[in-house]
Amino acid sequence: MDYGTLRGFFALLILALFIIIVVWSYSKKRKSSFDEVANSIFEEDDAAKANKESHLDKDSKQETNNNV
Amino acid sequence: MTTSNTSAVDYNFDVVRQFTVMTVIWGIVGTLVGVLIAAQLIWPALNFETPWLTYSRLRPLHTNAVIFAFGTSALFASSYYVVQRTCQTVLFGGKLAAFTFWGWQAIIVAAAITLPLGYTSSKEYAELEWPIDIAIAVVWVSYAIVFFGTLIKRKTSHIYVANWFFGGFIITVAVLHIGNSMVVPVSAMKSYSLYSGAIDAMMQWWYGHNAVGFLLTAGFLGMMYYFVPKQAERPVYSYRLSIVHFWALVSLYIWAGPHHLHYTALPDWAQSVGMVMSVVLFLPSWGGMINGIMTLSGAWHKLRHDPILRFLIVSLSFYGMSTFEGPMMAIKSVNALSHYTDWTVGHVHSGALGWVAMVSIGAMYHLIPILFNQGRMYSIKLINVHFWMHTAGIVLYIVAMWISGVMQGLMWRAVNSDGTLTYSFVESLTASYPFYFIRFLGGVLVVAGFILMAYNMFKTIGAEDGSLKPVEQA
Repeated sequence: MDYGTLRGFFALLILALFIIIVVWSYSKKRKSSFDEVANSIFEEDDAAKANKESHLDKDSKQETNNNV
Repeated sequence: MTTSNTSAVDYNFDVVRQFTVMTVIWGIVGTLVGVLIAAQLIWPALNFETPWLTYSRLRPLHTNAVIFAFGTSALFASSYYVVQRTCQTVLFGGKLAAFTFWGWQAIIVAAAITLPLGYTSSKEYAELEWPIDIAIAVVWVSYAIVFFGTLIKRKTSHIYVANWFFGGFIITVAVLHIGNSMVVPVSAMKSYSLYSGAIDAMMQWWYGHNAVGFLLTAGFLGMMYYFVPKQAERPVYSYRLSIVHFWALVSLYIWAGPHHLHYTALPDWAQSVGMVMSVVLFLPSWGGMINGIMTLSGAWHKLRHDPILRFLIVSLSFYGMSTFEGPMMAIKSVNALSHYTDWTVGHVHSGALGWVAMVSIGAMYHLIPILFNQGRMYSIKLINVHFWMHTAGIVLYIVAMWISGVMQGLMWRAVNSDGTLTYSFVESLTASYPFYFIRFLGGVLVVAGFILMAYNMFKTIGAEDGSLKPVEQA
């Protein structure tokens, strides 16, 4: 296989990997765990404040909080 | 804003405090040198007839001070803070973290001494000579050990997205620095590049553009993904988009370097590849910007009373602006007009003062009260004053450079009907004088803002613990 063909395959491989990443990250199964992670930066504050606030609001327009 | 007093983990905030304070100090120093060299372009006598103060030696001092002293200290501070908080564990490596602080400060001092003395490898943003380059590599590898060691011993199952950006930035900067700094030393302070001719130029701009892409972009995006949601008290707009953003950004940025070498000895095909990749780069850049700004969706009112959030969100607007401008300037025909003119200088500063400095300033204002056991900064009003001074400074700066740059480009390419040049170089220089003065004014505003920030910071540090109560907003 010559160098040019090899590079062509490499480009296709990267493209395939990218599509896999997009499909994986937008799959419905991952939704709840991503929501959890996005909210994880507030956990310590919540423990300190002991009152959960608006950022766990179910009506929020935030994509990470939509219950799709 | 809550203090971390109640947290269960005994975090290593000492090193974060040190880097935070030095960020503000180097912010003043770096921009002050910038103002001095801006003034030299209007009043050349300001080099005082001493070689150590000439523009050619102070200009690399300015760029090194703002990128590696101010910007990188901000990155050290925020990455060490974020990695501990999101992994809920203390920094790995014990004294190694302290070593990265003292090592990095020693490197900055070495740069501040050797550059005015005229020691330079003449590679832009990599001017420091080989002994300092080796020291940088040692400190940087220690940084990587501390950061990734902390990630490995994390108490949480997931690695929060900010850490992905910080991690990508740390690894790539190590590779870039070591790759581009390969030299043959001929004496204690003189070396020659291992690469020759156009290959050396390509190596240099592979390094140079990715210093922008990974140090000044990926690192600060890590900062953005933690501090914007924190300050807005809302989770990031789309965590899924942040994952796609990360992989798209890191896989595209690395190819954009050749756009610095349009119409040079670099092969045409490489220039065209660099141009295309730079244009494509617009997509992940704007994806990230939208993700950051939309985090405020439903909470826009917070901008009205929170100048820290204003710093963070306006930084994203400047990020969007300069990542639109950049791909446009990478197009060969546009580059034919813009290259070597003040337009480039304006573009860099809309990114550096607008994006990098503003997101850092916002993050530091968020951090300082937390690190020094306060509910808020000493004066919220002064933060607001700083915000407007900084914003006005940038606008004066970049508008002056746009006009001056386009004018220079047009004057340089103007030809008479017989084929001779319409203007001499000196004529274009004379035409730029008024704009150099406006740029100088903008710079003065930025420095004054930083001094205000330092005052506010030291007042906050000096106040009795817990005496500054957070202001509750409806």
